[in-house]
Amino acid sequence: MKRITDIRGLRLKANEIRKDLIKMLVHAGSGHSAGPLGMADVFTALYFAILRHNPHKPLWKDRDRLFLSNGHIVPVRYVTMAYAGYFPKKWLSTLRKLGSRLQGHPERERMPGLETTSGPLGSGLAQAAGYAYAARMDNKKFRVYCICSDGEHDAGNHWEAVLFAGKYKLSNLTAIVDRNNIQIDGHTEEVMPLEPLEDKYKAFNWHVLHIDGHNFREIIAAVDHAKAVYERPTVIIAHTIPGKGVSFMENMPEWHGKPPKPEEARVALHELRTLGGKIRGEHE
Amino acid sequence: MKMHLSPKLYSPAVEQAPTRNGYGEGLVEAGKKYPEVVALCADLTESTRTEGFKKAFPERFIEIGVAEQLLATVASGMANYGKIPFMSSYAAFSPGRNWEQIRTTIALNNVPVKIAGMHAGISVGPDGATHQQLEDIALMRAMPNMTVIVPTDAIESRKATLAAAIYLKPVYLRFGREKVPVITTEKTPFKIGRAEIYREGKDVTVIACGSLVYEALIAAEHLKKTISVQVINCHTIKPLDSKTILRAVRKTRAVVTAEEHQVTGGLGGAVAELLGKAYPVPLEMIGVQDRFGESGQPGELMRKFGLTSTGIIAAVKRAVRRK
Repeated sequence: MKRITDIRGLRLKANEIRKDLIKMLVHAGSGHSAGPLGMADVFTALYFAILRHNPHKPLWKDRDRLFLSNGHIVPVRYVTMAYAGYFPKKWLSTLRKLGSRLQGHPERERMPGLETTSGPLGSGLAQAAGYAYAARMDNKKFRVYCICSDGEHDAGNHWEAVLFAGKYKLSNLTAIVDRNNIQIDGHTEEVMPLEPLEDKYKAFNWHVLHIDGHNFREIIAAVDHAKAVYERPTVIIAHTIPGKGVSFMENMPEWHGKPPKPEEARVALHELRTLGGKIRGEHE
Repeated sequence: MKMHLSPKLYSPAVEQAPTRNGYGEGLVEAGKKYPEVVALCADLTESTRTEGFKKAFPERFIEIGVAEQLLATVASGMANYGKIPFMSSYAAFSPGRNWEQIRTTIALNNVPVKIAGMHAGISVGPDGATHQQLEDIALMRAMPNMTVIVPTDAIESRKATLAAAIYLKPVYLRFGREKVPVITTEKTPFKIGRAEIYREGKDVTVIACGSLVYEALIAAEHLKKTISVQVINCHTIKPLDSKTILRAVRKTRAVVTAEEHQVTGGLGGAVAELLGKAYPVPLEMIGVQDRFGESGQPGELMRKFGLTSTGIIAAVKRAVRRK
């Protein structure tokens, strides 16, 4: 896999990934739209510029580990992994279908490279923390990343993990929170207010960074910064726009848990192909 | 096969020890043998008998605090990495509180975490119903990929702990708080998934687990002049040793199950499922009859709930009458 070293290249790759996401979701007929689109830039940055990994050796022992706690956004991980060369892109059309490795929520044993099985919210960070703890016992140098949603901060299990990682000073662990402010029942600050989120993490002895989750420079710089933090886990609060790249999905909670209909997908793909109307699409 | 049971088995001088002690010893031994073994505990290090391991291997002991969901999920992460985590707490809380975490992150994820549930059953006594876990076998047995073991005494508990350490699947081990008779010896065979016939008999088969195996043996001894009772120690409830059970039941054609657990979903449930499918015969179930426990001395409670040799004797007679 070729790493992408320029911002423009990453941006174009993320756009490709968003297009395949729309196609995949419309084909699956169920699944989540907003979260995966919102995290396409973070996943692109991770797989093409940040993680030490080898798509041909998904279980390479020195790879960086990427846990996905909010398993429902796994479509964006599948598309990004396919683009990185973990498996053929044609498998993407099997999402959520009988017999597919691409389960509706990720399952470790079905697809090497997913690292764990997740979906029920609030349990991913603790797994990543346990993994990071075990790796540190053996002086392993790889890093453990865990992507979490903001909505799953409602769950006690998540905060138990925040306590644990703070106590044990797991500096090999970096959490990336998709701060898109929506969850199924509405805006996070209405459903169960999380703010001041930064102060909460700080009070639990974490190092906190904020980034624009669509700015590749900031994503990469924050992850590098976290590597240099001593004796503390780092949380990168990535401010993202749910549904990013498709105007009628952006910031709309109702797009959290449903896929686009074919007609909506056509409009969405047109927007993505034309970069929001800025250029003429190749299929126009 | 010779069972090498304790020579003092039927004597009042039979030794007594809590099964959790066997767990503690087995854990230290597993730690010495296998460097991957780590122990996690949720603020109950002494009473779960994890203390010995903590002293022997402080760098491989992880204190989790009063957080059973965290206990399960951190253990999952460590097993996923390549460690062999033993996570212990009271069965009322683990698997009582963290069932979903065990299901998703351990069983479905298929990582070899060993879950030790202590103070199971009503015999925990004065603490009362909140702490008397009577549904854990059902909770764990219903879960794919999970192995469920209820050792009968402290010696078997040590063997089960050692065997679980190198068993490549998730395992649930159930232990009690109180002293119970030590009926096996070092030479008694133990293998995960294999029920052992501890006493031959031809009229009724009693299939028991935990301390009820002892009660069943005492019942059999008491009845020996009138009814010939076969006693099976069915320490592994999942996978159930259907071969041994069916072979035994084809001979006796009447069954009593005995366990310190709800009659729904535990050993009795597992045996009923098997016999219903393969060989229906009269079946009596000794266990807690769909109610919660209460405070009291362990012995008083076991008597009140009929989890004694007396209760088993009555059930054996009922089973024989139904033949």
